[in-house]
Amino acid sequence: MSVRVLPYGDRGLLLEVADTAAVLACVDALRAGGGRLEELVEDLVPGARTVLLVARSGIDPERLRSLVPALLSGAGLGAEPGPPPGPAPPEVEIPVRYDGADLAEVAALTGLDEAGVVAAHTGAAWRVAFGGFAPGFAYLVGGDPRLRVPRRATPRTAVPAGSVGLAGEFSGVYPRSSPGGWQLIGRTDLTLWDADREPPALLLPGAVVRFREAGR
Amino acid sequence: MSALVVRALGGPCLVTDAGRAGLAGVGVGRSGAADRASYGLANRLLGNEPGAAALEVVLGGLEVEAVGTCWVSVTGAPVAVDRGGRAEPTGAVLALRAGQRLRLGSPASGLRSYLAVRGGLDVAAVLGSAAHDTLSGLGPAPVGVGDRLAVGPVPGGAMLVDAVPPAAYDDVPVLRVVPGPRADWVRDAGALVRGPWRVAPESDRIGVRLAGPAFEAVPGRGELPSEGALRGAVQIPPDGRPVVFGPDHPVTGGYPVIGVVLDADVDRLAQVRPGDEVRFRWA
Repeated sequence: MSVRVLPYGDRGLLLEVADTAAVLACVDALRAGGGRLEELVEDLVPGARTVLLVARSGIDPERLRSLVPALLSGAGLGAEPGPPPGPAPPEVEIPVRYDGADLAEVAALTGLDEAGVVAAHTGAAWRVAFGGFAPGFAYLVGGDPRLRVPRRATPRTAVPAGSVGLAGEFSGVYPRSSPGGWQLIGRTDLTLWDADREPPALLLPGAVVRFREAGR
Repeated sequence: MSALVVRALGGPCLVTDAGRAGLAGVGVGRSGAADRASYGLANRLLGNEPGAAALEVVLGGLEVEAVGTCWVSVTGAPVAVDRGGRAEPTGAVLALRAGQRLRLGSPASGLRSYLAVRGGLDVAAVLGSAAHDTLSGLGPAPVGVGDRLAVGPVPGGAMLVDAVPPAAYDDVPVLRVVPGPRADWVRDAGALVRGPWRVAPESDRIGVRLAGPAFEAVPGRGELPSEGALRGAVQIPPDGRPVVFGPDHPVTGGYPVIGVVLDADVDRLAQVRPGDEVRFRWA
C-alpha cells in the first residue's frame, strides 16, 4: 500500500491511499502515535480514500509532511493489513427491524431474497470508516460485498431517524431525520447521536459494528 | 445579573465563538465566528477570555437594551452605532447603562459585525461551544426579538484601550490560494486566478458561491470519493461554479477541491457581499 501526500492549503495535508481498508489502517497507525500526533494535528478527517490532517495553529504543514512516514510507520504499509496497533477498537451491536422501504428492491438488485439480504447484512462485521454527512453519521465498510447497490435515483426528502441503509460499498444509520438517497433496509431504535451524551456519537471512527435482526 | 435584551433585528443574528475543533471525525464541523479576527478583537478590547461568546450580525439592524450596566464593543463591518441617541464608532469600548439601548445601522462596507460584551454571553455550550452551526443545527437557536441574553461574570482581563480604528472593506480582495489537491480534475484550474469573480446571492456561512465562467471537468474521471474538507477550500460542483467553503462547511465532500485559500485570508471572505468582486492569486 502506498500513500500519496497532497497539499491542502496552509493548514492541511491530504493523504491518499488505495481503498477504505487502507484508510482505516492509516487512521489506526496515526492514532497509535498518540501524543506525538496530538501535538501537531488539531483534527484528523478520514474519507473514502483519504485522510485529511489539519495542522494545529502555528504548525507548518511542511513539517507535518516530513513526519508522515514516521507517523505511519505502524500502518503495516506495504504489508498485509494486520490487526490494528494499539487498543482493540470498540464494538457496537445494533438491533435492526428489517422492514425498510427498499428491502425488496435491494433483494432484486443483489439477486438475494429478502432473508438473504438480512443474513448478509448481519453476517459480517462492519467498521466505521469515516463520517461527515451529519453529526453522528458513520460510513460503515467491510460488510458482505454482495450488498453493493447504487443509491436511489431520486433521493427521499425525508428519511426517518434510525433508518439503516446501503449505498455503494457502505452501510449506515441515519442519526436524525434528513433527506437521503440510500436504499433503506431497516430501522433501529438506538440513539446514534445525542449532543448531551459523552461521547455524543454512538459509532466512533474505527469502531466495529455488528447488526442483529430484531424482527421484520 | 446583567443581560442584553434583543429589541430589534435586521439580518440574521447568531451567537458565536471560536467554534468546535477536533470533532470532524464524528461529523461535527468547526463553525464559530466567520470573521475570526474581528470577533477576537471585540473580546480583546473588553478584556474577555479568548473564545467568549458574542453576537455575529449580518448587515446591522440589531438593537439591544442593557439590563444592568454592560460594557460592549462592536467590530467587523463598520456599522453606524447609536448608543442612547448618540453616534459612536465601531472598534470603541462603550458603557451601556441599565435601560440604555445600542442600535446598529447598516454597514458602510463589509457584511458581518460582532457585538461583544464584557464577561461574554452566558449561553449553554454544546460540545464545548456556544456557536450556532447553520449546517448541523448544533448550538443555540438563531437570536430572536425579545431574547434575553445573560452576561457572564466580569473577567480578570483589563480593558486597556478605548478604541481602535474602524475596519473598512471597500477594496476588491485578492485571496491567496494554494493549488490542489484536485486541481487536475478540471480542464483549466488557472482560470481561478484570471478573472474577477462575482459573489452570488446564495452565499452563506456554508460557502461563498462565485459567479463567472464555469469550470469544465476533465472527462472520464468519474466521481470523487468523499474526502475531508476545510474552510477556504474552493470546491467545483458539477455545474462548474466554484464554492469557497465557509465556517459551517460540511466536514467531508465529494466534489473536487482545486485550491484552498490561505487561513489568514478566509476572514476577508466573511466580509464580502453578494455582488462584490473577489480575485484570487496562487500562493
